Amino acid sequence: MSAESAVLIMLTVISAATPLLFAALGELVVEKSGVLNLGVEGMMLAGAVSGFAVTVTTGSAVLGILCAAAAGALLSLVFGILTLTLAANQVATGLALTIFGIGLSALVGSGFVGVPVVPLPKLAVPGVSDLPVIGPLLFGHDALIYLSILATAGVGWFLTRTRGGMILRAVGESDESAHSIGFSVIRVRYLAVLFGGAMSGLAGAFMSLSHTPMWAEEMTAGRGWIALALVVFSSWRPGRVLLGAYLFGGVTILQLHAQGAGGLGIPAQVLSMLPYLATIAVLTIIAAGPWRGRLDAPACLGKPFRPST
Amino acid sequence: MKITATRRNFVLGSAAAAGALGLVGPRAFAAEPLKVGFVYVGPIGDFGWTHGHDQGRKAIEAHFGDKVKTTFVENVAEGPDAERVIRQLASSGHGLVFSTSFGFMNPTLRVAKQFPKVKFEHATGYQTAPNLSVYNARFHEGRVVCGTIAGHVTKSGVVGYIGSFPIPEVVMGINAFTLAARKIRPDIKVKVVWANSWYDPGKEGDGAKALVDQGADIMCQHTDSPAPLQVAETRGIHGFGQASDMKAFAPNAQLTAILDVWDGYYIQRTQDVLDDTWKSQSIWWGLKEGMVKMAPYGPAVPENVRQEADAARDGIISGARHPFIGPIKDQKGVLRVAEGEILSEKEIATMDWYVEGVEA
Repeated sequence: MSAESAVLIMLTVISAATPLLFAALGELVVEKSGVLNLGVEGMMLAGAVSGFAVTVTTGSAVLGILCAAAAGALLSLVFGILTLTLAANQVATGLALTIFGIGLSALVGSGFVGVPVVPLPKLAVPGVSDLPVIGPLLFGHDALIYLSILATAGVGWFLTRTRGGMILRAVGESDESAHSIGFSVIRVRYLAVLFGGAMSGLAGAFMSLSHTPMWAEEMTAGRGWIALALVVFSSWRPGRVLLGAYLFGGVTILQLHAQGAGGLGIPAQVLSMLPYLATIAVLTIIAAGPWRGRLDAPACLGKPFRPST
Repeated sequence: MKITATRRNFVLGSAAAAGALGLVGPRAFAAEPLKVGFVYVGPIGDFGWTHGHDQGRKAIEAHFGDKVKTTFVENVAEGPDAERVIRQLASSGHGLVFSTSFGFMNPTLRVAKQFPKVKFEHATGYQTAPNLSVYNARFHEGRVVCGTIAGHVTKSGVVGYIGSFPIPEVVMGINAFTLAARKIRPDIKVKVVWANSWYDPGKEGDGAKALVDQGADIMCQHTDSPAPLQVAETRGIHGFGQASDMKAFAPNAQLTAILDVWDGYYIQRTQDVLDDTWKSQSIWWGLKEGMVKMAPYGPAVPENVRQEADAARDGIISGARHPFIGPIKDQKGVLRVAEGEILSEKEIATMDWYVEGVEA
């Protein structure tokens, strides 16, 4: 395999991993605050359709991306009102949010099926982007890909290095304690849920504006669920979310390459399983290894909180 | 009208049907419009398979006006859910029901037995009953035209093919394409990547990128989204649209597209029910009957190639050319079809082997 085709494969891997990374990072913050939102897929679709529709209508991709984040956040606000204010069951509400998002995005997007869009521009750095290998790998991406990497670092920094992050984790680990020392559990969780919605919206916008620049119903095809699994896979650490997203994206792309190269004598169905098998394998290794015991989920994950007076 | 198949609707629907049957009978009023129901496996916005069937439904509405009322249920999962949806349509006064995916076959058959007065039409299956017809299109005939063009346009001699599932319908398409392409250029290789899905734009596109990276300069697909063709456009290679004209996504890349045209058949069968002349049948129509059509050629198809492609199409229509005429060798180089021999419809419909030149 030549260096050139290796670079092309890497570019595809990055593109396949980015929507997973956005959505999983958002969900990680949500879960760190003790809330389980299974509506990622629905919020991604809301983001995908609004990002696409606004970009096509106004011609401004920046506006489209902002609207995608807003649409994801808006849908997550519905989830927040139901589960945080009205203390509805989070699992059921999240599932309903996914189904609602699928239907709503199809309705909004019905006029945009078959409409072409200009893909997000690649931000080339003159001189540097032309360097072999390093140029295209590091300096030839669109803005959302850079944003996803920055967001990983940002979320990691926020959770471990800031007071806000500490409060958020405290709320997720022990809502009663956080409440009793004066933090507003519900407010913190609202902010986390809104952030998660916005990130899912960005994941969707990346799908409809960059990865496959078009709108088609249910175009996320289950990536929201993969993102949810990646959060568990990462044992709630942003760095491992990045690793997981790239591993999953990488194995997905490599199995497609293996098929194209004649399949190595392995049935296509088995190759299609590889990303999932690889994810399970890594998860098992983490669980059994010296990191054992540090896998644990936020203690209050999924539990509704009713402030005692 | 769109029906959301909830339990509540089902109960209401059954009650309404029971009332209609008991009191007036569904055909008591001549002015009552015929209700035609459609069951779709995907969203009508997929711009592919289901979109095509929905165009057929709209053609019925446009053709018959007030005499017919159509309903559809989209995104119906193949399996038990399908049976519930089909039964709901049958029990809510529909006189004709089209179920448009292979996996709806057994559910349709079961419901057809329970509702002998309702006519059923099932796409791409093989089970018939006195009130159940099957219909299918010979899409692989379109692949012959595509293969002819690809044989001329390719420079690398490598064709990428995004498949959904290795079922006969897809396998016969790959083979028909490969045979036609190798007739023009015998060293062509067709590399197949399976998406293991009918519809996953992201994965279809990623598969296409992988194939381009491996040297393919022609992209074919047997999946339902325009993503592979879109990859062809951005990577500067060429390809073929699937199920509908996808030139909006690939104005330069699309050489032509295989179009599913159900309009004529749907209108005819609706007319048959209105005239009370509907009979159970099993049809497999192609270019000749107009169930398969080719989209206008793209700018990258030179004039002489257009003529050859036209000739291939006309040959199939007139019967002078057959997609599967011997000699045909399989992947291992073993002669499977002798010189001048033609595969029977049954042999085509159950095809589970690849011709020489396919890498799958």
